[in-house]
Amino acid sequence: MKESILEIKNLSCGYDSQIILSDINLTVERGRLLGIIGPNGSGKTTLLRAITGVIKPKEGNVFFENKDIYQIGLRELAKKIAVVPQSIIVNSITVEEFVLLGRIPHYKRFQFLETKKDQEIAKKTLELTDTLKLKDRSILEISSGERQLVLIAKALAQEPKLLLLDEPTAHLDIGHQIKIMNLIKKLNEKEGLTVLVVLHDLNLAGQYCEELVLLNEGKLIRQGSVNEVLNYRDIEKVYKTTVLIKENPLNKRPFIILFPPKGMDE
Amino acid sequence: MGITNITFKKFISLIFTERGSIEYSVLFDIRLPRIILGLAIGGALSLAGVILQGLFRNPLVEPYTLGISGGAALGVCLNIIFQLEQNLGGISLPLSGFLGAILIIFLVYSLSIKKGILKIQELLLTGVMLSFILSSLIMLIMAISHIQDLQGIIFWIMGSLAEPNWFLIKLMFFVSILGLLFSYIFCHALNALSLGEEEALHLGINVELTKRLLFILASLLTGFSVSVAGIIGFVGLVVPHFMRNLIGNDHRILLISSFLSGAGFLVLCDTLARTIISPLELPVGVITGILGGSIFIYVLSKKQMKS
Repeated sequence: MKESILEIKNLSCGYDSQIILSDINLTVERGRLLGIIGPNGSGKTTLLRAITGVIKPKEGNVFFENKDIYQIGLRELAKKIAVVPQSIIVNSITVEEFVLLGRIPHYKRFQFLETKKDQEIAKKTLELTDTLKLKDRSILEISSGERQLVLIAKALAQEPKLLLLDEPTAHLDIGHQIKIMNLIKKLNEKEGLTVLVVLHDLNLAGQYCEELVLLNEGKLIRQGSVNEVLNYRDIEKVYKTTVLIKENPLNKRPFIILFPPKGMDE
Repeated sequence: MGITNITFKKFISLIFTERGSIEYSVLFDIRLPRIILGLAIGGALSLAGVILQGLFRNPLVEPYTLGISGGAALGVCLNIIFQLEQNLGGISLPLSGFLGAILIIFLVYSLSIKKGILKIQELLLTGVMLSFILSSLIMLIMAISHIQDLQGIIFWIMGSLAEPNWFLIKLMFFVSILGLLFSYIFCHALNALSLGEEEALHLGINVELTKRLLFILASLLTGFSVSVAGIIGFVGLVVPHFMRNLIGNDHRILLISSFLSGAGFLVLCDTLARTIISPLELPVGVITGILGGSIFIYVLSKKQMKS
């Protein structure tokens, strides 16, 4: 078995008295591309927030490289784990300035300006995400597909070991969905980045991820290969809808077909 | 230069030869302290404005929004109606203002902490509500106070840079420069916070500590300014906003440029206030409001035309 980068043990957490996640156990191996799926409100985003320390566990621990994340300084953690959030509030700044914000954890004490190295890294991540041509545009003016790529560029500027993405393909057209997922795959394979991605689209998750985690009502239902997790029993039970699961002839991965009510096409 | 006419040539000769003359003392004992105080207070208020707007991610927040000025005003009012000034001397007025400001800062701060987290929105709401309560209390005091006290209160509330006490001027100058230096520790944190608290945390910023220290810094800058010069409105709102439009949202240059332009703006307004209907003086707040507001609306409408 490969070395684990992230280990979650008996994690329970939530907001105020409400428990969102209960007793989660999850190990992520270094270099994995892991998808997190589950219905709305199942605790996917909360799980990401627990990993980055935005919310404190009520019970259990999150270990990053065998160290409790609360033992790692905030800045150190920001150099190791980067997050691409679902949406973001921004002032009017240029794309390049925005990506350079990702360098903040790397600044030394009393370093106010970015160094040549910071600028080179920002340029590299803009190239990697195919957004270099946008660098002087205002972040408010670009399309939502482009903004998602820029968000990823900023996260990459942190030079993380682990990348967390929260529904990176939400509200995007299929062209951009594929572009984002291809980029994630490339980062995982070529750059050796471990990736945890929350996805709503089960088919995207099925086609791209190596491994899946299915959450429901704050509990981890199943972790395993795509074929293990995307079985009709679990999916139907969790999503409370009927599905048909076929094999995608191109790559033998499971493909989910939804059932419209009978008689709609007659 | 104001009601005492000093030409430039005279000015040069004054500095070198005529120490002790009336003109010399007008220049160095009256004008210079006033300019230094104007620089210090204009800078401090603008800096407080930039910090608070960054912290709240709200361009309409200004140093007085949080009730700090109200607290200072109430302190001064109480001082005037109980006539503490006669017993404790001239410095008791700014001192009581400062105590009032500190008390309100403490109150707003502790009311907004829930379970160890400083809630930014509650800070704003609590501050605004406290402002209303305080201004009502001040009105109550004004309604029941003597005519001569009333004059003192109104004079103070209108704000003025005519401060005879050199110690206070030096203190204010020192505080505002120190505030500027201190704010630079947080320039990256403020940039990160512009993306939201959660994103700032993802960038390795200690959000709780940053929020608290920045709130205290902005409050102290405001508290000092208000206690020394009374309520001079608009500088802390319009200058930061203006600079954001002009040079963008990067706090690394926004902090210093707001500080400097706030300092310059207030000195300019004060000079106008002194000279426009000389020998009488207008309250400087009148000029900052009219001038600042007009420039701002002009810039805003021009910007909208362009886009």
